[in-house]
Amino acid sequence: MDTILSTPQMVVEDRERNLFRVSRRAFTEESVLEAERRNIFDHCWLYLGHSSEIAGNCDYITRAVGGRELIFNRDRAGAVHAFLNTCPHRGAMVVREKKGNALSFRCFYHGWSFNVNGRFASRFDEGNYGKEHYSGGCADLAQVPRLECYRDFWFVNFDKNAVALADYLAGAKDYIDMVADQAEAMEIVGSGQQYVINANWKLLAENSVDAFHGFPVHNTYFDYLKNIGSLRMETNAGHFNARGMTDLGNGHAVIEYQSPWGRPIARWVPSWGEEKRPLVERLRQNLVQRFGEERGHRMAEYSRNMLIFPNLVINDIMAITVRTFTPDAPNKMTVSAWALGAAGEDAELRKLRLFNFLEFLGPGGFATPDDQEALENCQRGYKNMREVGWNDISKGMPRQGQPMNDDEEQMRCFWRQWRQRMEGRMEGSRVGGLVGVA
Amino acid sequence: MARDLTALRPCIEDFLYLEADLLDDWRIEEWFALFDEGATYEVPPTGESGETDPATSLFYIADDYVRLRERVVRLTKSEAHSEFPRSSQRHMISNVRILGAHGNVLDVTCNFVTYRAKRGVVDTYYGKHAYRIDCGSEPFKIKSKRSTLGMDMLYPGKLTIIV
Repeated sequence: MDTILSTPQMVVEDRERNLFRVSRRAFTEESVLEAERRNIFDHCWLYLGHSSEIAGNCDYITRAVGGRELIFNRDRAGAVHAFLNTCPHRGAMVVREKKGNALSFRCFYHGWSFNVNGRFASRFDEGNYGKEHYSGGCADLAQVPRLECYRDFWFVNFDKNAVALADYLAGAKDYIDMVADQAEAMEIVGSGQQYVINANWKLLAENSVDAFHGFPVHNTYFDYLKNIGSLRMETNAGHFNARGMTDLGNGHAVIEYQSPWGRPIARWVPSWGEEKRPLVERLRQNLVQRFGEERGHRMAEYSRNMLIFPNLVINDIMAITVRTFTPDAPNKMTVSAWALGAAGEDAELRKLRLFNFLEFLGPGGFATPDDQEALENCQRGYKNMREVGWNDISKGMPRQGQPMNDDEEQMRCFWRQWRQRMEGRMEGSRVGGLVGVA
Repeated sequence: MARDLTALRPCIEDFLYLEADLLDDWRIEEWFALFDEGATYEVPPTGESGETDPATSLFYIADDYVRLRERVVRLTKSEAHSEFPRSSQRHMISNVRILGAHGNVLDVTCNFVTYRAKRGVVDTYYGKHAYRIDCGSEPFKIKSKRSTLGMDMLYPGKLTIIV
């Protein structure tokens, strides 16, 4: 037996032989998920929400992040908070609505109340509680240890010693800029899509930046584009005229390629109709004016799939989707996906953006369900793990220079970071190594 | 409105049962033929109250006539991987009501439960259909169909079948 396949490690990289293998146990074992919760989800910056979702003072939403239940809100002065949604009294979730606007929060169980800045606001008659009870903050809503924002994308971290968000995002910042710069302000459009996939969460992390599967899995989508006259392939290079893949540091990675589809930012396709063409052309001119010929062209013309470790995907493709996913079990995750668009954009363009989103993306789109099918099939295939125990993620390893976008280097970036964190080798992390992961 | 709309219910129910049968049997192209040219088919977001518009909010499905045709074309292919091998479906319809009429076009609502089975997993979708059906000629034609899911999120994960 190959020595790689008998090692106790879960991620094995053999650069000499150009082999990269991941144990299928990483996708199936409860102990691995538990270790991920302690080593990854308790220490990494996790996406919470977008500024536009709590645009007004006293707006709030509730959301599950990193296995916690959170309140994401703005107080009366407009300051943004993230609270753990549990009453300091006896534990009930204080806010039960998905979203709203409120001057205060009140736990329905015993009526403890809080200002929207988290301060305990109930006043009980003398004799009920001592003076100490009202001071020192022990009766306030608990804040998430760290809350930081980059370009209206808010993240939380449950490790108060974590590095700053800006440092954590590293090279991903430039690519977030390319999304955030598409208009004066960007906004989440409507509510999002929420759905379950019966597969390990890391399968979706891999899949979201995987160009290798594009044609085999999404053939029917490309047929659709052809049928309606929306497939615009440039002929001056193969691989969609690929720019390739970029390692953004800290486990983040992006693939970038010339789009075969229309892009609401500024890439017209015939099925949109001639009447929209001048409108889209104006958007494009505006981008070139603001960012120069090279970057403006790149923003309009190229698509980008970006994974921010561990579980945030920002894909700027035939529409912009912001997607995060949380493990419920080794073989089950809940996905939340949103559409991001230019705030105050032309009504016709907004309509087009949403129409474009649904042609590919989401559980009812022409592509995402086939990804879900692939992921669920992998998870079922892992039942054969005792005989066939390893995934192969070696594509492109012998290649010199920048990796191609349909290589697997972006997944290797993810897995190297995963291994490092699971082994407790991160700076500032006090969690030691764990059984089962060498 | 002088017409007794409830008297039309048996005809409408028959039509809806025919639609359900075609879907149950994967006669998807015949199902598409029930739609009038220019018809729309929509599944709005879950857990939203009040009116929603696919021009301003993110739906699960918002097909115009062309994309609905393409959805059907896609489902006939073995490369529509999520429905290959094909799932088994049963469409249940009840509480059929005719809410109004505009000439020959009726506003119809009904409750639905749709079961989808594949690889030992049974998915349940439930909610309410709202149709506009043109009864002016035989066969009737669907001018629009909106299926609002009753679940607060999409527990089955995929929405690859027509519910």
